[in-house]
Amino acid sequence: MIELKGLHKSYITGNNKLHVLKGLDLTIEQGELVSVMGSSGSGKSTLLNVLGILDSYDEGYYKLNNTLMSNLSEKKAAQYRNHMLGFVFQSFNLISFKNAVENVALPLYYQGVNRKKRNKIALEYLDRMGLKDWAEHMPNEMSGGQKQRVAIARAMISKPKVILADEPTGALDSQTSLEVMDLFREINSTGITIIIVTHEKDISEKTDRIIHIKDGIIGSEIISTRKISETIGSYRNQ
Amino acid sequence: MFDLDKWQEIFSTIRKNKLRTFLTGFSVAWGIFMLIILLGSGRGLENGVTKQFEQDATNSIWIYRGQTSMPYKGLKPGRRILFTNEDYENSKREIKNIDNLSSRLSIFQQRILSYKNEYGNFDIIGVHPGTKSLENVKIIEGRFLNDIDINTNRKAVAISTDVKKTLFKDKPFLGEYININKIPFIVIGLFEDSSERDNQRVYIPVSTAQKIFTGGTEIQNIAFTTGDATVKESMELENEIRSSFAVRHKFDKDDQRALFINNNVEQYTKFLNLFAGIRMFVWIIGIGTIIAGIVGVSNIMLIVVKERTKEIGIRKAIGATPRSIIGLVLLESILITGFAGYVGLVLGVGLLELISPHIQSDFFTNPEADFRIAVSATILLIFSGALAGFVPARKAARIKPIEALRDE
Ligand SMILES: Nc1ncnc2c1ncn2[C@@H]1O[C@H](COP(=O)(O)OP(=O)(O)OP(=O)(O)O)[C@@H](O)[C@H]1O
Ligand SMILES: [Mg+2]
Repeated sequence: MIELKGLHKSYITGNNKLHVLKGLDLTIEQGELVSVMGSSGSGKSTLLNVLGILDSYDEGYYKLNNTLMSNLSEKKAAQYRNHMLGFVFQSFNLISFKNAVENVALPLYYQGVNRKKRNKIALEYLDRMGLKDWAEHMPNEMSGGQKQRVAIARAMISKPKVILADEPTGALDSQTSLEVMDLFREINSTGITIIIVTHEKDISEKTDRIIHIKDGIIGSEIISTRKISETIGSYRNQ
Repeated sequence: MFDLDKWQEIFSTIRKNKLRTFLTGFSVAWGIFMLIILLGSGRGLENGVTKQFEQDATNSIWIYRGQTSMPYKGLKPGRRILFTNEDYENSKREIKNIDNLSSRLSIFQQRILSYKNEYGNFDIIGVHPGTKSLENVKIIEGRFLNDIDINTNRKAVAISTDVKKTLFKDKPFLGEYININKIPFIVIGLFEDSSERDNQRVYIPVSTAQKIFTGGTEIQNIAFTTGDATVKESMELENEIRSSFAVRHKFDKDDQRALFINNNVEQYTKFLNLFAGIRMFVWIIGIGTIIAGIVGVSNIMLIVVKERTKEIGIRKAIGATPRSIIGLVLLESILITGFAGYVGLVLGVGLLELISPHIQSDFFTNPEADFRIAVSATILLIFSGALAGFVPARKAARIKPIEALRDE
């Protein structure tokens, strides 16, 4: 689903050049649930932005669903984001003057789905998040966990191939964080590839594969203990 | 463009920033308001003056007698110039390209006319048939005086609608005899003159007037129309006339007081040019005011875009194309400008309607903003709204989602 080869990315601010990603190789198959870890400033968000076609890269290549992502026009990039990708952010990034349904429905607006239809679909997704009763509420009337579930519903509504989440539990308490992770696992089980950037070990333990970024490349890749026990469990059952 | 959602988005931002939107809109509304008032007033002035001209033929030249102010070949200044039929005949012969030539002899001012037991005070004027065009009168019934009336010194009279109302009420009048100074004249026609004053008249043949009332060949003035002569041609004509009269009446042709020539062609054209000038001036001022409004709107929209950076970033991240973002900002700008401008337009037109009945005068009638002005103003508004939104919209489209979404 995702294929990165020798990816380089630098930020240039004034006369300074900050080399963040230094020849990164990474392959993620369809349906994987992956977490990205690494110290602050190691380039996790940078990587996620490249994957989300929100930012360009300097060298190497990035293939999404076997299509090379380079030199895209803004319009083309917007279309890929709209159809292939879903985003979940640490600070939710809901639109403050829109209620929950309208927020969830917004990606469909940019697909040209009419208002009635997209609001109906949005309501279904909110229902799946257990937020049906909150549909008409504005973001500032909701808790962090609820807001993040609205954001997740919004990321899912366009049936993307990949969901990219940058510290989705960063602003949530541990109980809510675990609930959100369960939600991600559930979504992942429908075949959607999910990549989660996180600082927290217990969050990453909920994923199947943990990627560590160090010095601008993949430092180590671990199959999570959870995945191992799951695999062992399935062997036992055979 | 007509997607409800888009409009709702726009309305929701407008609603969230009422004061700011109001202040922005106000400058545009004010600009349009001023433009309408100025254009309307200009139009009022134009209507008034045009109406003044329409009382007479706009291509007419009027010659009046005066008094010499310069010595000429031993003759002392202060001599009165008198016109006679000879001047009429000479003019008819000498001046090329004239039509509707008429001399005029005012017999009585406000003299009593009577028909049976009805009486009224009116002006009695002896003229040639050309006066019909010169005075720009409208024949309602019957006919105006003709050459046969003149040649046969016929006691015929054309009466105005006012005269008819006073003497005949609703009774038939054509072929009836009215008494002018106790002499019966047959009514041959009914006319109407748009000038209040000129509608207080009856016209009789100048020859009859001389024969019956003045007993000589004197006339008071001569007038004619010049066809479609240009200003230059009419002024050359004016010079010819002056020279010809100077020779006949023995005065210096540079003596401006011996002969007065009122050249309507020249004056009318002058006024037309003046009004074109005024109109242009008004547009310049009005457009200046509107430009100030546009700059205001543009500035506000820039601030709006800056405040909405994050929102626009979110939209882009979930698939908004640059084009849809431009549409969003541009439409908001057009909406504010259009609505505010419309308010200004309505207020401006309303004010004109309100005051217009109270300020009617000879040189100022019907100040109005006509349909054409309203259409131009509307086009101007949409255009300026788009213009005002253009820079902010482009800025919005260039917002990078990663920068907009970075947590500070
Ligand atoms: N737009 C930018 N311009 C310049 N430098 C940037 C930009 N974005 C990130 N950086 C720098 O690049 C480096 C990597 O940033 P990045 O946001 O990818 O780190 P991160 O791994 O996500 O860190 P954190 O865990 O704190 O979120 C940092 O040193 C950061 O200061
Ligand atoms: Mg980060």
